[in-house]
Amino acid sequence: MKKIYLDYAATTPVDPRVLKEMMSYFSKKFANTISLHEMGQIASNAVENSRKIIASFINAKAEEIYFTSSASESNNLALKGVAFGNREKEKNHIIISSIEHDCVLESSRWLQRQGFKVDELDVDKYGFIKINQLKKLINKSTVLVSVIHGNNEIGTIQNIGVIGKICREKGVYFHTDASQSLGKVKIDVEKMSIDLLTASSHKIYGPKGAAILYVKKGVIIEPIIHGGGHEKGLRSSTINVPAIIGMKKAIEILQKEGKKENKKLEKLRDLLIKGILENIKGTRLNGHLIKRLSNNANISFPSIEGESLLMELNFEGVEVSTGSACSSRNLMPSHVLMALGAKPQTAHGSIRLSVGRFTTEEEVKKAIKVFIKVVNKLKQFSPFKI
Amino acid sequence: MIYSKKVLQHFRSPHNYGEIKNPDGVGEAGNIVCGDVMSLYLKMKKVGKKELIIDEVKFKTYGCAAAIATSSAITDLVRGKTIEEALKLSKNDIIEFLEDLPPIKIHCSILAIDALDEAIYKYLIDQKKPISQDLQKKHERIEQGRKLIEERYKKWMTKK
Repeated sequence: MKKIYLDYAATTPVDPRVLKEMMSYFSKKFANTISLHEMGQIASNAVENSRKIIASFINAKAEEIYFTSSASESNNLALKGVAFGNREKEKNHIIISSIEHDCVLESSRWLQRQGFKVDELDVDKYGFIKINQLKKLINKSTVLVSVIHGNNEIGTIQNIGVIGKICREKGVYFHTDASQSLGKVKIDVEKMSIDLLTASSHKIYGPKGAAILYVKKGVIIEPIIHGGGHEKGLRSSTINVPAIIGMKKAIEILQKEGKKENKKLEKLRDLLIKGILENIKGTRLNGHLIKRLSNNANISFPSIEGESLLMELNFEGVEVSTGSACSSRNLMPSHVLMALGAKPQTAHGSIRLSVGRFTTEEEVKKAIKVFIKVVNKLKQFSPFKI
Repeated sequence: MIYSKKVLQHFRSPHNYGEIKNPDGVGEAGNIVCGDVMSLYLKMKKVGKKELIIDEVKFKTYGCAAAIATSSAITDLVRGKTIEEALKLSKNDIIEFLEDLPPIKIHCSILAIDALDEAIYKYLIDQKKPISQDLQKKHERIEQGRKLIEERYKKWMTKK
């Protein structure tokens, strides 16, 4: 049975064009970028060229792009690096939203244990932060505001231009995690007043193992990985050249095809949402109907728990994600859905579907049929009537 | 996290799901706040002069794959047993029957045992039959747990 992959928000396959571009950097042009011999220079030039191309995609300068291994690392660096870099100036307050990815949440909790003060912004029922609350929370000791651009679970696209402007006016740094939004929403770090931005390769058909942190020139930030001084001392570690080349190629493809691709994704996404909402009683869409990532659908099923739905879909060849498995830590469902004010049944019974470059209309239509079948089966075991 | 083959079998084709009309005892366990809700229905039958056995048992469960599987497992395990025998079942019997559960899903086996104990408790109360100290304690522990969750998540549970 051919699987229908509807989990592109978790990770994407490497585009064949990306893979092709990467190949020669594994065993032919493999040298260390800080080696002074010719081979080292070839590798170094390729990385610097990639830096330029990636920078221009978000209207940044090449020297403002720092390569890391993952979005989690970039987010850790942004929060911890800015917090520690500015500590001596009695700046010890950080503001994040309540719907951040775990790596931002956990980094801020760790900083809290180190003595920093952290505030979490509430969101409305769609997942938008409350701008007035942000304005009120920023004070003299605030150093950083971090708000996710496109939410990984519910797909809500935050109005980061407005947030950036407020932060710039108040003189605090603004970081955004754009892991899900890069290539789906136009990003201009200048226009949007962004000081730090995280983006990842494996969400855009590049390989795993490459990501960036954009750091606006002048931002004071400390490294969290110390060593041989790569990336101007901000991130020591031998540079993962093939992965960076892959990320560059992935961005070049987005530059050319992104606009058209997003239109296609939106069409498939809406077909999927409509198909499920119209055919399965009681289902509802989480997040905002329009201001959402082009590939994301997050749907609640009132009488079925998310994990069992995911498992049965898997057996029927449809691969999705849930942010609400009754597993781990404390049996509580997704913190994002909780922050939106979802009822327990809604929060526990939600599924994230994400379409992508290789999703077809036939697949979406088939997936809708599978959903109807699977929900009808699982409803028989449920004590809830809807 | 990997489920055993037996868990997946019971999840995909659970035994004895549904409700029993006019049951002799219904046990409820779990809480929607935690993402698991189980109802277990019992029908008793007299065998011989005195002996009473669990003749029919069915479940309705909202929960993860492991919760559905433990529900199915408990119905297989108690069918045909006397009350005394059924009360001796523990979470380990379910885990063994399902050929293991992932550590983070052990609570699903407790859910099934709680639902069984509650169903028997309700039956004995209805019949005005004596309740053993042990069963009374179990019932009180389950009630206490329920109240604790209801208090802690009151706002969330009553949300409209």
